[in-house]
Amino acid sequence: MNLDYTAEEEAFREEVRAFLRDKLPKRLSDKVRQGKNLTKADMEEWHAILNEKGWLAPHWPEKYGGTGWSVMQKFIFETEAAEAHAPRIIPFGLSMLAPVLIKYGTEEQRQHYLPRILDGTDWWCQGYSEPGAGSDLASLKTSAVREGDHYVVNGQKTWTTLGQHADWIFCLVRTDNTGKKQEGISFLLIDMKSPGIEVRPIKLLDGDYEVNEVFFTDVKVPVENLVGEENKGWTYAKYLLTYERTNIAGVGASMAALDELKRIARTTKRNGKLLIEDPLFAQRLARLEIDLENMKTTNLRVLDAAGKGGAPVAESSMLKIRGTEIRQQIGDLMRRAAGRYAQPFVEESFEEGYNGAPIGPQWSGTTSSEYFNMRKLSIFGGSNEVQREIITKAILEL
Amino acid sequence: MDFSIGEDRQMLADTLRRFLSNEADWEKRLKVIETEPGFDRETWRSMAELGVLGALFGEEAGGFGGTAFDVAAVFGEVGRSIATGPWLATLMAGRLLAAAGESDALGAVIAGDKVVTWAHLPAHDSDSGEEHDVTASQDGDGWTLTGAKGVVDYLGAADLVVVTAGERAFLVEADAAGVARAGYKMVDGGSGGELRLSNTPARELSGVGAEDIAAAEAMGVVALAWEGVAVMDQLRDQTLEYMRTRKQFGVPIGKFQALQHRMATLALEIEQARSAAINVAARFDSAERAKSVAAAKYTLARVGSLAAEEAIQIHGGIGMTWELPLSHYAKRMVMLGHVLGDEDEHLARYIELMREGD
Ligand SMILES: Cc1cc2nc3c(=O)[nH]c(=O)nc-3n(C[C@H](O)[C@H](O)[C@H](O)COP(=O)(O)OP(=O)(O)OC[C@H]3O[C@@H](n4cnc5c(N)ncnc54)[C@H](O)[C@@H]3O)c2cc1C
Repeated sequence: MNLDYTAEEEAFREEVRAFLRDKLPKRLSDKVRQGKNLTKADMEEWHAILNEKGWLAPHWPEKYGGTGWSVMQKFIFETEAAEAHAPRIIPFGLSMLAPVLIKYGTEEQRQHYLPRILDGTDWWCQGYSEPGAGSDLASLKTSAVREGDHYVVNGQKTWTTLGQHADWIFCLVRTDNTGKKQEGISFLLIDMKSPGIEVRPIKLLDGDYEVNEVFFTDVKVPVENLVGEENKGWTYAKYLLTYERTNIAGVGASMAALDELKRIARTTKRNGKLLIEDPLFAQRLARLEIDLENMKTTNLRVLDAAGKGGAPVAESSMLKIRGTEIRQQIGDLMRRAAGRYAQPFVEESFEEGYNGAPIGPQWSGTTSSEYFNMRKLSIFGGSNEVQREIITKAILEL
Repeated sequence: MDFSIGEDRQMLADTLRRFLSNEADWEKRLKVIETEPGFDRETWRSMAELGVLGALFGEEAGGFGGTAFDVAAVFGEVGRSIATGPWLATLMAGRLLAAAGESDALGAVIAGDKVVTWAHLPAHDSDSGEEHDVTASQDGDGWTLTGAKGVVDYLGAADLVVVTAGERAFLVEADAAGVARAGYKMVDGGSGGELRLSNTPARELSGVGAEDIAAAEAMGVVALAWEGVAVMDQLRDQTLEYMRTRKQFGVPIGKFQALQHRMATLALEIEQARSAAINVAARFDSAERAKSVAAAKYTLARVGSLAAEEAIQIHGGIGMTWELPLSHYAKRMVMLGHVLGDEDEHLARYIELMREGD
């Protein structure tokens, strides 16, 4: 066994690092590191820089603009970018819709939509969840009824991340009520500017607006916006679960956050003592670093298997659970590091350019909001309970 | 043994519960936490007029209670409704005013005419990363204070501030010379602020020393422990209610054993936290006080964050919304862990006391 990158992988890592050093705007990496709110323009800026380099869509086939990287290269890229505090690439168009179009769409759909995803013309959002259909997604009710060359869509989606910025939404809709609930679902692309769509923001517990409710009232959708076959949408949605998810554990993001936490522990005093000198705090920090290092190797093992042709669904579930737990624990420790300064809540300070007097440690203002916001990691993307069900059945065969 | 809180205290708690549910209901809370003071002064005054604050102090100080279980009865209701307002600050500053025989000032506080807060812990200086505290200098017959205090509850709304400096405590008028206050909202509603003093005239709280300051802090932990358990009870009950009504896969999610066992663990832990709250109140006047304070605050923070995290997780997406009261309870719960020393600080303190052979 050998855990080292090969010489080629090492060279690739250097190339990625050099690119990030040259092209990642400091303004953006500072905002990410400080936990400030990213605007739509910020996210688009980084998206465009990657697109110009040709590195925006590593998961796509080369003929549509992919990079032709190995799974290990993708992992290296994702990890390095996160460690450099690059903004997260919004996954909806690039990593969720595109793979479905590439596998199940028509060539016409691919030619139309894929370039627009790359150049940023279309911002996509994901319309799966409904008020009554969360973990039990297949029970979704939003209906699409075919009338001539249109579907007429009625119903409601919810938790739609960044739907307020979106030009398009890909939806799972019900086209048949007669058989098994999984068998009456279709995959439909809907223009957010269509008459009959209403987006209502949902305020989250940290005061932020990142999710929405989307209401559909007699929305007309051309039949050519159907992806694949009618009533086969569930298969397409599930395809994403088996699709390579090299970044599901968020190793890079956790490594970056842990580095920041260690820096804080080495420089922040409480009761006259540096946090790193506090045996209880140091113990929490050490446990986290050990867990993260272990997970990184688990992740590489899964990637290696995937690179050799496996489709590791249940292993992805392990990575999703442990990855989100670790990320949440880092957030938890940041909040603890802030001590009593975890309490002030100065919303304006989350925005760029805020120049009010800082309160307490420079980094402490966003810790509680981030801690609470990160609760979402174990809820979305298949809750950690649902992931444990998958492990129970698929690996443990209980 | 007797584990009941007593009839009079129960009546007081019931009165406060009715008042809070009528006069400080959820809609009002949502509005008031968007404001700078973070509580409604008029509601505070009406609450005081009911005599509630008198329960926090003994008869000799113009109150009618003052024992740990009186404090417990009041703060259990504060937790139940996660009311905002300078409850803790009033308790702790008031205890020192009482110890010093400052009956005029304390009388005005108990009546709700004046708001008092308690400035004890140093401020963290953002530029240097150092902690800055207040020092006192004698100036003729009087004293002046210079320095800073951090995260002072309801500082912006306070008329009076009890400021500690070393082993002494002082009373400062909020509008006195050299007082600078930078206020902000708090994560769990309410408000706080950074206090800077420069040559500010202050009156020494005579006879108050390190013991009294420690006793006030200990009583603060009693209050937080009881408030915290009430918040936990709410988190548990609201989550159980949701588990009975939310259906996925055709059944209430409460039917999933994976969730049932998690709630069983949580229920067990909450009972442990309740016992810690009882311990600290019952042993308040004993030699075991210091240890049970550390134990209670450690337990509160540990079980509290578990309760908050489990409650949100088991609610799923809806548990993360501002609209659902649950998320506000979760925020209060976690923030209580940061008040008067956190989980690790109290565990360290416990270890120290254990080493000393207690
Ligand atoms: C911040 C955020 C962003 C999101 N973004 C999007 C988006 O862009 N697009 C989109 O379509 N959706 C999005 N979601 C929705 C997300 O996918 C759902 O919240 C998730 O599927 C859980 O559904 P639910 O919230 O309805 O919880 P429920 O399914 O009601 O679950 C409640 C609890 O029950 C547990 N549970 C459910 N079933 C079982 C079981 N069988 N065994 C054991 N436990 C179980 C769950 O794990 C959870 O703890 C987002 C959610 C959040 C919080």
